[in-house]
Amino acid sequence: MQFQKKTLSTLITGVVVATMATTVASTALATTDGKVKIGVLADMGGTYADLCGPGCVVATRMAIEDFGGQVLGKDIELVSADSQLKPDIASSVARKWVENEDVDVIGGLVSSAVTGAVTQVTNSSKNITLITGSGSNAFTTSACSPYIAHWTYNVVALANGTVKPMVSEGKNKWFFITADYAFGHALEAASMKIIEANGGETVGTVRAPLGTTDFSSYVLQAQASGANVVALANAGNDTVNALSAAAEFGLTDYMDIAGLLVFTPNAQAMDPETAQGMRLTTGFYWDMDDQTRAWSTRFEALHGAIPSMSHAGAYSATMHYLKAVKAVGTDDSDAVMKQMKNTKPDDFFARNATFRADGRMEHDMLLVEIKEAADRKSKNDIYNIVEVIPGNKAYSPMLPSCAF
Amino acid sequence: MRSRLAILILLGLALTAPLVIYPVFLAKVLCFALFACAFNLLLGFAGLLSFGHAVFLGTGGYVTGWLMINSGLTPEIAIITGTIAGGLLGAVFGKLAVKREGIYFAMVTLALAQLVFFLYLQAPFTGGEDGLQGVPRGKAFGLIDLADNQTMYYFVLAIFLVGFWLIHRTVHSPFGQIMKAIRENESRATSLGYDVNQYKWIAFIISAALSALAGSTKTLVFELASLTDVHWHMSGEVILMTLVGGVGTIIGPLVGAGVVVSMQNYLSGGELGNYLHIIMGAVFVLCVLSFRSGIVGQFNKFRRNNF
Repeated sequence: MQFQKKTLSTLITGVVVATMATTVASTALATTDGKVKIGVLADMGGTYADLCGPGCVVATRMAIEDFGGQVLGKDIELVSADSQLKPDIASSVARKWVENEDVDVIGGLVSSAVTGAVTQVTNSSKNITLITGSGSNAFTTSACSPYIAHWTYNVVALANGTVKPMVSEGKNKWFFITADYAFGHALEAASMKIIEANGGETVGTVRAPLGTTDFSSYVLQAQASGANVVALANAGNDTVNALSAAAEFGLTDYMDIAGLLVFTPNAQAMDPETAQGMRLTTGFYWDMDDQTRAWSTRFEALHGAIPSMSHAGAYSATMHYLKAVKAVGTDDSDAVMKQMKNTKPDDFFARNATFRADGRMEHDMLLVEIKEAADRKSKNDIYNIVEVIPGNKAYSPMLPSCAF
Repeated sequence: MRSRLAILILLGLALTAPLVIYPVFLAKVLCFALFACAFNLLLGFAGLLSFGHAVFLGTGGYVTGWLMINSGLTPEIAIITGTIAGGLLGAVFGKLAVKREGIYFAMVTLALAQLVFFLYLQAPFTGGEDGLQGVPRGKAFGLIDLADNQTMYYFVLAIFLVGFWLIHRTVHSPFGQIMKAIRENESRATSLGYDVNQYKWIAFIISAALSALAGSTKTLVFELASLTDVHWHMSGEVILMTLVGGVGTIIGPLVGAGVVVSMQNYLSGGELGNYLHIIMGAVFVLCVLSFRSGIVGQFNKFRRNNF
């Protein structure tokens, strides 16, 4: 009897304490503690590590240092973590950061599957995300939010830049080798739309899992499809592997290969013999003018490789964010985002840019061509700039439902 | 009496812990602890090494996640449905697997689990590589809003306690005795007239269902169901948790899950993040080489010898 009483009282105490705790607990919302803490969540060692991995951390740190290391009178803190390209890991890191470690803003973010999972967390906690590595246009359309800043590029810009001119030139039968997750699906859909609108047709698609190393079966399907263009709707090492498989099977002799998303490290990794003359769209090229060269040289000294567009985007986005924090004098997400949207980003990366109400940073995109091996002056000299595509031509117009 | 006191202290700790420690982390520990306990029921008490247990964790997660997104059911119904789904899958896999023993049993479970992994990779309702994102936590029994992390933690704690109690009851029932008899000497159990395969099968189903319960709960905590939970890495991880904690002890898997999840949590953010898998591997080797009965097993031995 004695024992049961004890049990009962302990349980009651426990329940009371628990209830109190629940009421006292602050709801998990973005903190406005006056201290800016930036988290960079990127792929530190996987398929996309060269696009936005340790390099995105370096670029973000550069932005913080160039800004002076301090804002609102306090040191700016930087933390980073490996998303391992897994949505669940990224989501739990993001949750821990914003709920338990007072992280104000999350940058980096490569792979749309990861970014989708992270923005689910940050949108409800009202933390800003600076998306610099992923491309799905969902973040400013079907999954738009007042707290998303989609910076570097998106699939619509890639499709407009690369696919449209090719279809106009008479390349009208397309076959897609697509990365089987959010980004690949979005890129494929955006490209197909443009192909159809310009009188071409899609003769087939095949979905390859992220991180596929052997593309031979996909390439054989492309070969049998009767297409005149094979579009690689994937990224990173997947593009490189798919292209080399295509070359091995002799596809490149009689079909055009369109790399829809190629980052500089991947372009460097491709065999110039097969890749030369390939046209692609990018948000940034290091050797464009003095401004880009100046920043890229500094980046190369720190990171050991020339920057990709996500690296440059990470710098640009962080800088724009910090300027806004300084201008409004608070790290409150709503106020900062408003200020970010009210000022035009303008730096070596963001040219003729506006930061739209839907969270899309619209800026000039570049249509480039991969140089022949003989024309290259150094290993970093990989593109000829064919055309500058104005932001409003590259990106699709804002949806009224996403005008925050 | 003394063990009752210990349980009370543990319960008190569990109730007050979220005041000090981040509740989502604690909830994650509890989910994995339940998963490891369910696995231990099979390995520790029936002597069956399943190498495909992640499939039940993942199935529970996907079913619950899908229901929460698409059906508007309350979380407890979604969790129960996820658990039943895992149990049914366990019934099918178990029926096939118990026909074989030892390494063949492990291989059959692994093969079946991989089969389902690729099915989930391609099936439209799982979201493939993206996973099921944005699973709402909902309101338990239509009343208690689980959006708050602390409330969620207590909800998970309640589920864990039910699961844990169920395992405790199973182990200490006549059925549990027979399970242990089968583990010790299968031929003798057969000669005593027990239908060994039937018992193994039932143990497999219970274990699968409880694993699915853990997966369902985990999906609600993280608002996400993904391929990671179905991958064979996860099947390996649960073996690690059980071994580190202590195979065949009731409390061991709980300790093991705590240790492994804390390590992952602590290491992934720091400088050692890139070496996480190497460190986990080293721990595994160390555990197998020097304290094979795990932390709790070793502690029990120490207590027996000295007190």
